Amino acid sequence: MESALLASAFLPAALLADDADGGFHGPSLGEFFPPAILFEGTPFELNRIMMIRILITVLLIVWLIIATRRMRIVPSRFQVANEFLLGFVRNNIVIETLGEKDGKRFMAPLMAMFFLILGLNLTGVVPFLNIAGTSVIGTPLVLAIVSYVLFVYAGIKKFGIRFFKNQLFPSGVPWPLYVVVTPIELISTFVLRPVTLTLRLLMNMVAGHMLLVLCFSATHFFFFTVLADGNLLGLLGVGSLAFAGVFTLFELLVAVLQAYVFTFLAAVYIQLSLADEH
Amino acid sequence: MIVGYLAPIAFGLASIGSAIGVGLVVGKTIESVARQPELQGRLTGLMFLGIAFTEALAFIAIAVAFIPFPS
Repeated sequence: MESALLASAFLPAALLADDADGGFHGPSLGEFFPPAILFEGTPFELNRIMMIRILITVLLIVWLIIATRRMRIVPSRFQVANEFLLGFVRNNIVIETLGEKDGKRFMAPLMAMFFLILGLNLTGVVPFLNIAGTSVIGTPLVLAIVSYVLFVYAGIKKFGIRFFKNQLFPSGVPWPLYVVVTPIELISTFVLRPVTLTLRLLMNMVAGHMLLVLCFSATHFFFFTVLADGNLLGLLGVGSLAFAGVFTLFELLVAVLQAYVFTFLAAVYIQLSLADEH
Repeated sequence: MIVGYLAPIAFGLASIGSAIGVGLVVGKTIESVARQPELQGRLTGLMFLGIAFTEALAFIAIAVAFIPFPS
């Protein structure tokens, strides 16, 4: 269904691109729906992006097993690096937002969220993988649902049914205003939070991939079509190649930043539903 | 005849608002950190929360392009 929706949205652009024969073909959303590799025709169909996701998951598990075995009081260099990474998420994201006690309760899911997103985002700039595992809606959606369940669970566990009253009827508001406030709170808390979590991650990765593909395919076009014809305009390819390099670095930044923001917001949402009403 | 697609223009218009909003949030945060550097940790958290809410409109605008409206 995903692909059907996207195809219908981008049909006009695709038609236009087909008209110009021999011209430049920009990237289309077809990039994100590569042909299936394994188990074609079954519900377990695997394409390139799924393979990347599986690869990253396996790598993460192996890394965590190796990193947490034989830990010493006097750490090796490898252990220091791992402790820095894990400690950053633990102290700067989870404990700083949720506090010591609640932070430890929700440490495991938030930690898993951060490293899964980081790993999947980074595949967008790894040569030969070239596409982020989070650039199709599945992963961001699942992670957003996990964070949704977590903050509703945290609230209900602490306040019971009063959680919904706290969220929908914030105290300190004169009661006639509830006509306006309650629908806004309902939409922003229970609809927009998971939707924006999903879209923020997804759209950042989609846009980043599109930019990279555009820069690299423009470079290819300038060098191997325009310059090969003897047209000196092809030297513009130097510029687009430089842009491609800059955007690759930018994508690295975005990959780390999005992992941070996603985990941080998940933690903040949990904290907001645990907060006492004044 | 001009043939084209309107969704990018809609997104461009919608993102003006979010751009101004995010700019205000970040600018004010920098201002407050300059005044009280010891609050930086808390302010960064609040900043990201503010950005998250402000940005939401731009992301909804992107998503609108993917909804198949009957034409």
